[in-house]
Amino acid sequence: MTTAATEIATYNFAYLDEQTKRMIRRAILKGIAIPGYQVPFASREMPMPYGWGTGGVQVTAAIIGPDDVLKVIDQGADDTTNAVSIRAFFQKVADVAVTTETAKATIIQTRHRIPEHPLTAGQTLVYQVPIPEPLRFLEPRETETRKMHALEEYGLMHVKLYEDIARHGRIATTYAYPVKVEGRYVMDPSPTPKFDNPKMHMSPALQLFGAGREKRIYAVPPFTRVVSLDFEDHPFEIQTFDQPCALCGAEQVYLDEVILDDKGGHMFVCSDTDHCEKRQACGHRGHLAPEALEPAQ
Amino acid sequence: MTDEPLLRVTALSKYYGSRIGCEDISFDLWPGEVLAVVGESGSGKTTLLNCLATRLLPTSGTASYRMRDNQWRDLYRMSEAERRFLMRTDWGFVHQNPADGLRMTVSAGANVGERLMAIGDRHYGNIRSTAVDWLGRVEIDEERIDDEPRAFSGGMRQRLQIARNLVTGPRLVFMDEPTGGLDVSVQARLLDLLRGLVTDLGLAAIVVTHDLAVARLLSQRMMVMKDGHVVESGLTDRVLDDPRAPYTQLLVSSILQV
Ligand SMILES: Nc1ncnc2c1ncn2[C@@H]1O[C@H](COP(=O)(O)OP(=O)(O)OP(=O)(O)O)[C@@H](O)[C@H]1O
Ligand SMILES: [Mg+2]
Ligand SMILES: [Zn+2]
Repeated sequence: MTTAATEIATYNFAYLDEQTKRMIRRAILKGIAIPGYQVPFASREMPMPYGWGTGGVQVTAAIIGPDDVLKVIDQGADDTTNAVSIRAFFQKVADVAVTTETAKATIIQTRHRIPEHPLTAGQTLVYQVPIPEPLRFLEPRETETRKMHALEEYGLMHVKLYEDIARHGRIATTYAYPVKVEGRYVMDPSPTPKFDNPKMHMSPALQLFGAGREKRIYAVPPFTRVVSLDFEDHPFEIQTFDQPCALCGAEQVYLDEVILDDKGGHMFVCSDTDHCEKRQACGHRGHLAPEALEPAQ
Repeated sequence: MTDEPLLRVTALSKYYGSRIGCEDISFDLWPGEVLAVVGESGSGKTTLLNCLATRLLPTSGTASYRMRDNQWRDLYRMSEAERRFLMRTDWGFVHQNPADGLRMTVSAGANVGERLMAIGDRHYGNIRSTAVDWLGRVEIDEERIDDEPRAFSGGMRQRLQIARNLVTGPRLVFMDEPTGGLDVSVQARLLDLLRGLVTDLGLAAIVVTHDLAVARLLSQRMMVMKDGHVVESGLTDRVLDDPRAPYTQLLVSSILQV
């Protein structure tokens, strides 16, 4: 990696050349002007494979400046391989400050979660998106889905939800739950859990979505209406958990199941590791928190 | 019935390069009327039907449709959004191959409910009970509502396609060989069902078929096509019992010989 680091030092700030960044910024601006609309862009090869968030990385590279403070999460964690390598990439190519603290970050790149700590004006949340097209599931033809967006023909989204209810008795979609943005475009927040959908609604932060392989960028500007699709008699609901976080005791947060041993032992803990650690530092305790467990494992 | 037609077609022609698809076709279709378009393979039946259903743009000529508010609209000058809306509300299109008109990977209920959802129905319970009702009307057991059409027989698929089209109460349905790919006994049952529905609902329909028996059973009026032209048209019984054009005479007699 050291040779790569020295080689990379000869690259432009934030890896992409200025012309490419301008092209991406134009796509972002267009996306902001038309909330929820998928703007095609000339996605570049990045020094990481597709599926590693190349769309999000390009968006971040196009907007990051030397004074920015970057946070990168995968699921809710700052310390997974994917998050660590993207963070390291930007430290090398842009020499920016990084943080794990939501409140201190100016740019947060995420693969799934929206942090539990409320975002504020001036912050930008960059999503890495694998499949930007919400209609793809039932309509594989790109020409047709484009037309559907253009003509606001979104009946098909409800066909998908109808199928869910017919099969499971309720809307069973938990990730990539479709939303309507500012009363116009239907958008896939993929692969965010639907638990986070309400956080997108009227968020003071700017939300940018980058899909590298599919070459699409879309955006939700601050204070934009984001409404989850549903039926009158099957209204949208977020997941609920019947117990608080085992480490910090938080309620009304998104929990991950953690396997403790090979005898079926498990616990539910905050998926947002920063949030959990902050709470523990403030003295909050869950039922499995005591000394027995190493902190921040 | 009103004293105005539903559809008015004037000098419609469609060329594929220099080849004639159909040429100089004119007719009026009245509310509740079933028109059969018959003729041998390659005579231009599908070309004409697709032009009328705005799935193809004609080379020249006009077709006007009287909307539900009684306003006449030139079909080829409507915006795409309006046309697509018309196609999924006031019109139906029944394909010969049900797979072309169904979503094969979603349940029968969702296939029937799709148009309702497309026009803004947001009550699952209502959509489902309407689907149950329509499955009944096309003689599909309610228990099959959550099955995918992939698991259906050809006849069932075709009946499902019909239900999916009729759920919004269209006034005009286009059908291209609706009984084409089916066994004779299945055909007979489907024809019976279609005839009942068309009468009960007061549907106008344009039915393309090369089968004169289908024309006899379903239509009040028919047009005989050859090489892209209409060679004879009139009341179905009259055309079949007393064909005037030599080509129609040949067609009718060759059928009778079978
Ligand atoms: N896409 C096309 N490109 C070129 N020629 C076409 C095309 N579609 C149809 N044709 C030609 O136009 C003429 C009319 O064809 P059409 O499919 O309308 O006939 P049809 O009466 O529906 O026949 P069939 O009973 O076999 O379905 C034929 O000569 C056919 O070869
Ligand atoms: Mg044909
Ligand atoms: Zn916690």
